[in-house]
Amino acid sequence: MAEVKDPSDGVQIDLISGERMDGLTSMEKIRLILDGVRDGNIVILEEGLSPDEESRLIEVTMTEISPDEFNGIEIETYPKSEAADASLLDRIMGKESTKKLTVIGPANQIETLHKDKNLISALVSRK
Amino acid sequence: MGLLTNLKDSISRAAASLFSEEDPKRIGIYGPPNAGKTTLANRIARDWTGDAVGPESHVPHETRRARRKENVEIERDGKKVTIDIVDTPGVTTKVDYTEFLEHDMEKDDAVRRSREATEGVAEAMHWLREDVDGVIYVLDSSTDPFTQVNTMLIGIIESQDLPVLILANKIDLEDSSVQRIRNAYPQHETIPLSALEGDNMDEVYDKIAEYFG
Repeated sequence: MAEVKDPSDGVQIDLISGERMDGLTSMEKIRLILDGVRDGNIVILEEGLSPDEESRLIEVTMTEISPDEFNGIEIETYPKSEAADASLLDRIMGKESTKKLTVIGPANQIETLHKDKNLISALVSRK
Repeated sequence: MGLLTNLKDSISRAAASLFSEEDPKRIGIYGPPNAGKTTLANRIARDWTGDAVGPESHVPHETRRARRKENVEIERDGKKVTIDIVDTPGVTTKVDYTEFLEHDMEKDDAVRRSREATEGVAEAMHWLREDVDGVIYVLDSSTDPFTQVNTMLIGIIESQDLPVLILANKIDLEDSSVQRIRNAYPQHETIPLSALEGDNMDEVYDKIAEYFG
């Protein structure tokens, strides 16, 4: 990820395209997200993660929490109404759409102010 | 001939293990911290086995290890349903030890508790992916159910095609709203209860038998 000149000047936001994530394995995606977040960046994923990847993201986040260093993450996504409507056959055939804009940031810097089905409003503080 | 007989035997053994009524289903009790999961697990265990599962507390992350109570036999309409109850630590995406300091804890104890809590959440996620056959999702009906952790967890459970029963706990509290939970997760049936007071447990047991029997 490209670095800003001096991170103390502000908050870095990484917008990661679906195309970039497509070529990565689950663990590579999780590493990319957590490395960014642990550096104090806000990571925005164009297409989000699959439920299985979300479950692993929580698990890996937990193993990395360390007192006075890293408290974990805040994560917000739009509700995945498309996926909830998918039929069982679609899900078995892998046609389920899990695409959903996802915002992830360090728990001590990001606070969700408002969220509904088509708007996420977050307050981000500097490190 | 021998080969055919062996094949038949292994198919029937596989079918027996798939559909055996003897094997208790492992039902994970999931939900955010302080939803009343252990209170519910203890209520079910006490009602049907006489023993408790673990200590309850108002301090978040009291349960920091998944705890299993085996062979809980629930009787409904003359039919017995046997389940293993797995009480899991409350799932979250963040743990800050300084929050425990507010509960009159020394720093060393708070740090230890937060470390155990993070291990417990990781363990709970692992159980969900590998080791449970169904889920009871417990929510505190006096708080907003439409949180990211709840949405994510329910999405993860749905993606695994596990049967899930949503319980709206703490209906004894003044701010309780069962409808708020029904609106947040309309794709699932929501059963109101107070695990602490034992309110509406009959319906809870009926539904456990229906969903996991």
